[in-house]
Amino acid sequence: MTVSVLLFARYREAAGAAAIAVDVPPGATLADVWKQVRRNVQGLKDEERPLFSCDRVYAGPERSLTGNEEIAAFPPVSGG
Amino acid sequence: MAGLYRIVDHPLDPQEAIRAVSGPDRGAIALFIGTTRDHRDGRPVRYLEYQAYAAMAESVLGDIGREIASRFGTPHLAVLHRVGRLEVGEASVVIAVASAHRREALDACAYAIDRLKKTVPIWKKEHYADGGAWIEGSDAAPAV
Repeated sequence: MTVSVLLFARYREAAGAAAIAVDVPPGATLADVWKQVRRNVQGLKDEERPLFSCDRVYAGPERSLTGNEEIAAFPPVSGG
Repeated sequence: MAGLYRIVDHPLDPQEAIRAVSGPDRGAIALFIGTTRDHRDGRPVRYLEYQAYAAMAESVLGDIGREIASRFGTPHLAVLHRVGRLEVGEASVVIAVASAHRREALDACAYAIDRLKKTVPIWKKEHYADGGAWIEGSDAAPAV
């Protein structure tokens, strides 16, 4: 399945894109998706522990996906 | 109105937050305004840039509103956060909390900004004379 990962802040700049699409097997986890992103995007290859969200709620790397979720990966937040 | 949560790309109006939480059964409104600083560790900051995952940010702010309702007994929270380019000294965030008595409003307001800085998906980039850097919160570790 193809999933799209929204990127923010430093990750977005490193990738030069607001979202990256990757192919992963059905039932893949967020960790699997991120591994694929790091393989495909040179600027993100050293980012081992991003924060993830699934459908706008924080999610852990073990979360498995159906392919229909809105997925995002980002560095620690710094608003305020 | 129970809660107002907005990510906006224009200058913030504190009165908008105050209006959103005001009401005749409330004896206190606490207001916090976060403003952009002109330095970090002695290094001059020229201007700043904020980026948000707006849809999630507004949803996480709603979670903070529910936490405040259960901890402090008041549902009257308004949070406005600006994104885009900000000059030094401008307001980046406005938080208003109203409650029947002052203590709950003051405590809830402090709680709201602390939680916002830890969990709401917004990022700040500082621009210096010789380039820029995204700031990443060291204590940002949202419970999953």
